[in-house]
Amino acid sequence: MIRFLIKGILRDPNRSVLPVLVISIGVFLSVLFSAWFSGVFSDMIRLNANFSTGHLKVMTRAYAENAEQMPNDLALLETGSLVADLQRQFPQLDWTQRIRFGGLLDVADAEGNTRAQGMAAGYAVDLFSPGSREAERMNIMPAIVEGRLPAQPGEALISDDFARRFKVGLGDTVTLFGSTMDGGMSFANFAVAGTVRFGMPVLDRGAIIVDITDAQSALDMQDAAGEVLGFFKSDQYEEAAALEVKTAFNARFQNDDDEFAPLMQRLNDQNGLEEYLVLSKSMSGIMIFVFIFAMSIVLWNTGLLGGLRRYNEFGIRLAMGEEKKRLFRSLIIESVVIGLAGSVLGTALGLSAAYYLQETGLDFGSAVQGGSMMMPTVFRAHIGAQTFYIGFIPGLFSMVLGNALSGLGIYRRKTAELFKELSV
Amino acid sequence: MKIIFIFTLFLLLSPALVQQNDANAILRKVEQNMSSDNRVFESEMTIRGKRNSRTITSRSYSVGDKKSFTEYLSPAREAGTKMLKLENQLWIYSPSTDRTIQISGHLLRQSVMGSDLSYEDMMDDRKITDVYSAKVAGEETLDGRKTWVLELTAKVADLAYHRRKMWVDAERYVPLKEELYAKSGQLLKRTTLSNVQKIQGRWFPLNVVYKDMLKAGEGTEFKMTSVKFNQDIPASMFTKAALKQ
Repeated sequence: MIRFLIKGILRDPNRSVLPVLVISIGVFLSVLFSAWFSGVFSDMIRLNANFSTGHLKVMTRAYAENAEQMPNDLALLETGSLVADLQRQFPQLDWTQRIRFGGLLDVADAEGNTRAQGMAAGYAVDLFSPGSREAERMNIMPAIVEGRLPAQPGEALISDDFARRFKVGLGDTVTLFGSTMDGGMSFANFAVAGTVRFGMPVLDRGAIIVDITDAQSALDMQDAAGEVLGFFKSDQYEEAAALEVKTAFNARFQNDDDEFAPLMQRLNDQNGLEEYLVLSKSMSGIMIFVFIFAMSIVLWNTGLLGGLRRYNEFGIRLAMGEEKKRLFRSLIIESVVIGLAGSVLGTALGLSAAYYLQETGLDFGSAVQGGSMMMPTVFRAHIGAQTFYIGFIPGLFSMVLGNALSGLGIYRRKTAELFKELSV
Repeated sequence: MKIIFIFTLFLLLSPALVQQNDANAILRKVEQNMSSDNRVFESEMTIRGKRNSRTITSRSYSVGDKKSFTEYLSPAREAGTKMLKLENQLWIYSPSTDRTIQISGHLLRQSVMGSDLSYEDMMDDRKITDVYSAKVAGEETLDGRKTWVLELTAKVADLAYHRRKMWVDAERYVPLKEELYAKSGQLLKRTTLSNVQKIQGRWFPLNVVYKDMLKAGEGTEFKMTSVKFNQDIPASMFTKAALKQ
């Protein structure tokens, strides 16, 4: 029967061309947008995790309240033993100390006076410990424009934009002027080992990246750090497992009233990422719903038009004794075949476009300039397993729904009036 | 009729004029006490943080309101750090890096050494009577002393504080308390001055507590441990070369 229906569809293009076109366009858009949003959300979440939130983060309660201001006077103390304790208690995560700091990056002239200066967004990460994955997480190697990673204490990476603007070369000395943990003046000289560009305005304006021990020395934060970040060893954020770790850790300090007691937060709890996670999870569902709804209306109308055009055919088939149920079923099977064809075509087109956007991305650099949120300038699509099947849901469902709605007219035909209708 | 109108106008305006003249006269007397050709003082600044308190000692030299030179003496981490102010420019020298860094722009609004004082507070060297119009708002008793309450409103646009309220000791003509407000009316800082001593013929408050009202904490206590006016300070002290010496 299916072969018979396929022959009918192929021999009567009026029955299939428009619905296949409508479905393939809808499926194309579903696949493309699904891959696009998946790419954008996962990029933003990964970026924030690696640069800012970790999968889990430990801070003091007081620091957590104003974390965006990087209040290092409220930092964690005795972080060496804290990290060792965390590694022991939660070995499924890799725990690492970080210090974020602000300050002034000053470039000297020959006399040691200020030649140029700009505001610095400082990141102190573990660059020197054997086995540290911090450089990889921060995507430092691909971001290096000139030079190399710092190899010894007293070396730093600085923003390439800053280096070009103020004509700072490799090996030159820059001075960081900021505040120590207890508010004193902090001065530290760093030799420029390399320049970096991350494609993120927040960092590219004036980043300085140094080893954590250098920052601890410069900011008078021995055995202290603003934040201890935890990353799942799988590199994937595991929401439920993160909740378990957070609950277990925070329970230990439940009865501690000290505002400097450690507090653990998940990625969800920071930088408004909960909304992004919820949105990223629901985005596919929202799109499927929108496209099913929109395409169903179009295909319902197409089905109604087809029903009118095939009014006589249905009448004859009913007059010849074919059951309404069987006629309706054949209509549904036809719609499944057309839906499948449109979905295959639309998915192929959508995957091609998504692949292009995955490889080249779209540059929104001018739109995100000046922002303070951590976001990439080039947004890319991401093709995952879901991208291959997501288009079939609206493709098949809308066609079947559209035809089912229009096919209901079959049940309104009255056998007694068929010959009268057909003789007209 | 015209004479009556002028007379009425005079009667209406005269209290305001008298108030303003009184306020300016009070401020001039305050400036006679607080300003000097030059001065040398040593001080202890105690900054109370959330976790601990620390005291920074320094020695300062100043000529008029335009030039000042400060050398930090302790704690060890700050010792040897020097600060030079010339007119509206500020440089800081750090011995650990052998660098002289100029402080400018919005960095001037940052806190000095984590205290409740900003660099901008240290920089504003114009005479109060030149940049604020003043009026006497009333009289109050503060810590048992009769004070004039002066309301100062900015006459120029580039001031850090648009409005100030100053309680001036009515007998010794030194400020005992001051509140500094933003243009929006928000109270930004409060200073309380005490330990008023007569030094070289002038009344001078040796202790000042600065409180940044936008910051938590108890404020910063600034104590002058010795003050000498009209000293012989070499001009070479107020050069960038002196920072490295």
